[in-house]
Amino acid sequence: MKYLPLVLANLGRHKKRTVLTIISVALALFLFASLQTVTTTIASAANFGNARRLVSTNATGIVFTLPIAYANRLQAQPGVEAVTWANWFGGRYGDGKRFFATFAIDPKSYLEMYPEMVMPEEQKQAFLRERTAALVGKSLMDAFGWKLGQNITLQGTIFPGDWTFTIRAVYKPTDPQIGEDVVMFHHEYMEERLGRPGQAGWYIVKIDRTDRAAPIAKAIDDQFRNSSYPTKTGTEQAFNASFATMWGNVSLLMGTIGMAVVFAILLVTANAMMMSARERTREVAVLKTIGFGDRTLFGVVMLEAGVVAITGAVIGLGGAKVLYKATHFSGGGFLPGFDVTGSTLALGSAVALVLMVASGVVPAIRAARLPVISALRQVE
Amino acid sequence: MKIPFVYNWRSVLQRPASTAFTAVGIALVVAVFIGMLALANGFRAALARTGSDSNALVLRRGADSELSSGIDRPTANLIATSPHVALAGDGHPLVSPEVYVLVPLVRVGGDSTKVGNVVVRGISEKAWDVRANVRVVDGHRPTSGRAEICIGSKVVGRYDHAAVGDRLRFAGRNWDIVCQFSAGGSAFESEIWGENEQFMPVFRGEAFQSVSFRLKDPAAFEEAKRALEADKRLQVDVHRESTFYVQQSQLLGDILEFLAIVITSIMAVGAVFGAVNTMYAAVAGRTPEIAVLLTLGFHPRSVLASFLVESAIIAAIGGVIGCLIALPVNGFVASTTNWSSFSEIAFNFRVTPGLLLAGLIFAVVMGVAGGFFPARRAAKLPVVQALR
Repeated sequence: MKYLPLVLANLGRHKKRTVLTIISVALALFLFASLQTVTTTIASAANFGNARRLVSTNATGIVFTLPIAYANRLQAQPGVEAVTWANWFGGRYGDGKRFFATFAIDPKSYLEMYPEMVMPEEQKQAFLRERTAALVGKSLMDAFGWKLGQNITLQGTIFPGDWTFTIRAVYKPTDPQIGEDVVMFHHEYMEERLGRPGQAGWYIVKIDRTDRAAPIAKAIDDQFRNSSYPTKTGTEQAFNASFATMWGNVSLLMGTIGMAVVFAILLVTANAMMMSARERTREVAVLKTIGFGDRTLFGVVMLEAGVVAITGAVIGLGGAKVLYKATHFSGGGFLPGFDVTGSTLALGSAVALVLMVASGVVPAIRAARLPVISALRQVE
Repeated sequence: MKIPFVYNWRSVLQRPASTAFTAVGIALVVAVFIGMLALANGFRAALARTGSDSNALVLRRGADSELSSGIDRPTANLIATSPHVALAGDGHPLVSPEVYVLVPLVRVGGDSTKVGNVVVRGISEKAWDVRANVRVVDGHRPTSGRAEICIGSKVVGRYDHAAVGDRLRFAGRNWDIVCQFSAGGSAFESEIWGENEQFMPVFRGEAFQSVSFRLKDPAAFEEAKRALEADKRLQVDVHRESTFYVQQSQLLGDILEFLAIVITSIMAVGAVFGAVNTMYAAVAGRTPEIAVLLTLGFHPRSVLASFLVESAIIAAIGGVIGCLIALPVNGFVASTTNWSSFSEIAFNFRVTPGLLLAGLIFAVVMGVAGGFFPARRAAKLPVVQALR
């Protein structure tokens, strides 16, 4: 470490170049972390799910519904503790540019099923009491600038017409995978307005023991197999995973691009390091003359590369972590819980380390092997 | 007087390693730039090609996608009798009332949770004529009254059992795949087609989702739209098919384009810094040379221009390499869910000549931006000191 002042002095020689190199490393790692986080966010959405919750959908496809009468039959199933249901309601607000989900839920049982959705008790009671009340996620409230108690009118895309609700409760999820960009309202109200079609989009079932998920799911599906509305039941995690796979190979593309970026910046940095080393050929020769060993010089040049790589990594990775945290970035609602994970940071640091070795090793070896006499003669 | 171009060219060749590093750095930026825009481009093109200017698409009023729409039989019949509908050679209207649903199909090589939501479109016999871009390439059209389906060419090989002669199971029934169709690279190629009357009872019952028809006079679309939307018996919105599908690509197309621009601009900054570093080193290394040029009477402006040209040469080399790297992705099939319609769509990366040109220009801009400050330093060099 006693050579650190020497390293810093070397870096200070061409301040502009050092700063530019550090910034490019920082940008590369910022981008790397961002793209990696897209992948990890999609993956963690696929892994989210309470092991005690099962989801039943229509076996024909997610766009088909199930009769509301299934609720009682599901409840009667051995091992089932609680049942709730919800419907997808395609709601648009204003110009429809800001996407969010709208669910018609069975209020009481749904909130009991999802203790992850936290709200003040009096708001909860107000929401449960009023037929046309709405429950809205905090981030969506902020996005539209809505206030508690305000009336909002959504245009139904599946169920036509204007639907007006009063915001009675605002929730914050304890788990980021529970979306925050959601409006929920009473399923009963929808049924009433549509002339009681008696349909639920999907059922969520709470089971008594996690190890019985598979047999209970099978028992549910067997029960409805020969009805005109067969079900497909699986764990909540499997349900979410099926959504995650919808991104197709976009996730893979992100990874590939991330690597291309890192490689490009690696070249840039390696180039800058080599240039600065070449300019200092004479200095290195002088250092050798006054007694610096080959190994020490190798270390000094490597350390220089290390300082650049590590400073860049701290700025880039730290910046990504702080920025996304502070701005609550969620990819327009598509990537809830977007947060740079510890493993991404570790991976980024490893990349920085590789960067240091790759960009430092050639100049370092060159410095170590430099023949003093010829170097001193060569320059000028 | 201008400094001869060959001076720059020889200077570039003097430093092959550092030139190569900078050029490859720029090449990668250009490659990513072209690759990502080719993705966005391909996605938009697939949907833009889906609709035709001469067709109209009728949905229930307020519906923003085919999936959320619903049109009953009487309404569909009324639309078919509209005077704005073109007639086929046999005197029947060129109209196709369609059933539109999504079914989960298991992907090839995945377990049963890895499913894609594939569009199943129930069509009338006339749909093959209404959609002029659709062509059966293998097998024969589904026979009316039988459980037969035709699959789009991008469905083939991507899901289990998706091949002509095989059998798919959905909606509790087996369906014989009797043909495969291509549709000019459009989103239709990611769909499964069958007879609407076959699909209606097994899916949502007595209702269509949309009605597509050929306009008698494509120029009179506004007139047709007004007439149908004003009809009190119908509660419908009429879209020109081409504009409708372009709109369906808006959301995801914008996201992809936004990503392309953000990612490449961040990368570009890095690459420009690389160019700056290289050029500063070039200027520093050739200080006496530059001083000689200035002494000989070359105007500082010429020196500035000369170094900018040099930086641009390096960048242009990078640009060409980048184009060459990006070119092979042309035609590569990507698949993702189009969140506007919730359906999975497969499409080809499209590298167009325009995109390649944009990549080259982008490269040169990066080169000039990176070369500017070093070139200015060269031009402002104090001659006497530099010569010493």
